[in-house]
Amino acid sequence: MNRLGFNKGALSRVTAIFVKEFIQLKRDRLTFAMVVMVPLIQLLLFGYTINTDVRHVPIAIVDQCQTQLSRQFIEDIKATQIIDVVKFFDSPSRIMEAVRAGKVGAGLLIPRDFEKRYNDKNNDPLAHFIVDGSDTVVAGALKALRAFPFTQSSSISADQIPHTIAVELLYNPEQRSALFTVPGLLGVILTMTLTFFTAVALVRERERGNMEILIATPISSMELMIGKLIPYMVIGLIQVSLILLLGHFLFQLPFVGNFGLLYFCCMLFIFANVGLGLLVSVKAPNQLGAMQLSIFILLPSILLSGFMFPYDAMPQAAQWLAELLPMTHFIRLTRGILLRGAQLGGLMPDVLFLLGFFLLTMLLATILFKKKLD
Amino acid sequence: MKLIDDVIVVHGLTKRFGEFVAVNNLDMNIKSGSIHGFLGPNGSGKTTAIRMMCGLMDASEGDIHVLGLSMPEHASQVRDQVGYMTQKFALYEDLTIKENLRFIAKVRGIPAALAKERLNAVMIDNDLVEYQSQLAGSLSGGQKRRLAFSAAVLTEPRLLILDEPTSEVDPNTRREMWAKFFKLASVGTSILISTHLMDEAERCHYLTVLNDGIKVADGKTDQLKNEFSHQVVLVEGENVTPLTDSIMQMKQVLAVAQSGLVLRVIVSKEEADPVRIVSENIGPKFSVRKIKATIEDVFVAATQTTKCRLDKE
Ligand SMILES: Nc1ncnc2c1ncn2[C@@H]1O[C@H](COP(=O)(O)OP(=O)(O)OP(=O)(O)O)[C@@H](O)[C@H]1O
Ligand SMILES: [Mg+2]
Repeated sequence: MNRLGFNKGALSRVTAIFVKEFIQLKRDRLTFAMVVMVPLIQLLLFGYTINTDVRHVPIAIVDQCQTQLSRQFIEDIKATQIIDVVKFFDSPSRIMEAVRAGKVGAGLLIPRDFEKRYNDKNNDPLAHFIVDGSDTVVAGALKALRAFPFTQSSSISADQIPHTIAVELLYNPEQRSALFTVPGLLGVILTMTLTFFTAVALVRERERGNMEILIATPISSMELMIGKLIPYMVIGLIQVSLILLLGHFLFQLPFVGNFGLLYFCCMLFIFANVGLGLLVSVKAPNQLGAMQLSIFILLPSILLSGFMFPYDAMPQAAQWLAELLPMTHFIRLTRGILLRGAQLGGLMPDVLFLLGFFLLTMLLATILFKKKLD
Repeated sequence: MKLIDDVIVVHGLTKRFGEFVAVNNLDMNIKSGSIHGFLGPNGSGKTTAIRMMCGLMDASEGDIHVLGLSMPEHASQVRDQVGYMTQKFALYEDLTIKENLRFIAKVRGIPAALAKERLNAVMIDNDLVEYQSQLAGSLSGGQKRRLAFSAAVLTEPRLLILDEPTSEVDPNTRREMWAKFFKLASVGTSILISTHLMDEAERCHYLTVLNDGIKVADGKTDQLKNEFSHQVVLVEGENVTPLTDSIMQMKQVLAVAQSGLVLRVIVSKEEADPVRIVSENIGPKFSVRKIKATIEDVFVAATQTTKCRLDKE
């Protein structure tokens, strides 16, 4: 005991670390700017290519099924007000012609086996939209319809994946809607800022010589890691709120789905990124090395996660790789919540992955962090 | 509290960086309640040895006991009781003096009410009150040293390890700091202090001198001076500077240093009459007499491997 006979509280040490981090973050203009400006600029850059408040797109329909169920389906879709049915054709080729000629914005093909597809439990799409993808606005709107939940009883239970409609974009297959882009951007921005910040968090102290005094104090590795985690968690949550609000007011991102669940998933994703960042920080030789390692993580996160290219269209090996990235699971979670209205039960595998990823990286970072100078 | 005679006991301590041996088979005891000076030229291994004692580096060989506890096994217990001041400023440059001290108080577990009291006390003690809201990065060298010292004594530790605490500190402040060291020692605090400055070395109760990682002198400061085996002569006269080279040529002479208007010459202990041989070398215009050795002479004789000319700071 030292002579003043202090109690030794872990809580007090963790608090000391994160209060210190907060003060440092507040003073560091560049970091502070990154917290606010990166989401703002990215969202404006990407976001203005989207606008989903589209209604009454003229479409043509080919109903090859001609049953009670198919007619109900058409009525349900009409009820969304996104489309107006202006013509009925009897052959799919006529739809192509009409779309190409610009007479209608899209065509809806209800196949002969519509009823069979509906009753089957596999995930074959019920019907096909053929869309002029070059009109980003229309395409975006109809793409949102892809998740249109159609059931006879019009109630969806959590474990039942509702049947969907396949949307086939004739042009510009990379179409996005706010519901797609904003969560994707959320993932990219969180990955970028959080891994960058935390990757340098420990190396910086080492480089500036602070480590010599820090490890001479009674602080433990775990306390240090938790103390570092908290400020970045707060930053992450600020960014999430900022992005969702901006998305809502600028791009009419609808506030749908379970919001508490959405925040919970964001939090898990933030944890996973901070864990990874801290692990990088423990192993990186210097700040530059930490930055390079972060980019090494950021790039596949953008390219392979399903944000840029559709996951299903990627080669098998790329898919395996993508499965290891927190971003892939995050995209799945947010799309599940925002597009499908999924509940926690249906999202378990991805939730567990993120949780496990966080625990593993934190544990590794704590174990690998040496309270030594050499 | 367990009473122990030696707060630090080091035995056979060795540190290698690859092929290079920074600390070589060092034995060292630091008596409880004493001020123990750690001397040695640049790169002699003082900081490295200190870091191993604080558990910041693993020793390649040897054992270390600090406050009766073996290191590095008991590092966390030891850290609780040791105040360590690093040679290079290691507090946060982007925090103010007060924020830095508050951080240290908190990680060291000082309760909030007491922390406030201690913070004010150390800031007053070290003349930091008027700069308390200034960022540490913008402080002068001496102010930074005082802040680092304040942080080290914040918990009133039983053992203080200070790595060159007074470098960059002006003479008056240095004297004040030494007054504080003595005051701390008088209430039972043990202090290990590394330094380059001879006047500081003179003030220590005990000294250990390191050269190229090897201990070359060790013991009570007075004893080291009294038992100095070589002989020191003082050369006085008008313009003694040009004599330096010719005196250094003499094979019996170990070192020559100019100190103000006089030259101090260290002559090997084998020489029977050092005054005569130096006089003969320089002629009758100068007076030569034998004097008592100082710690500087001890240091020079112990640490110089090749004959050198010393220019006093
Ligand atoms: N991490 C390290 N890796 C390699 N060599 C090192 C390392 N740390 C110290 N050294 C070397 O060990 C030797 C002793 O260094 P140390 O810092 O202990 O000297 P010092 O006595 O404190 O010197 P000074 O008076 O200049 O502070 C030096 O030659 C230095 O280059
Ligand atoms: Mg040193």
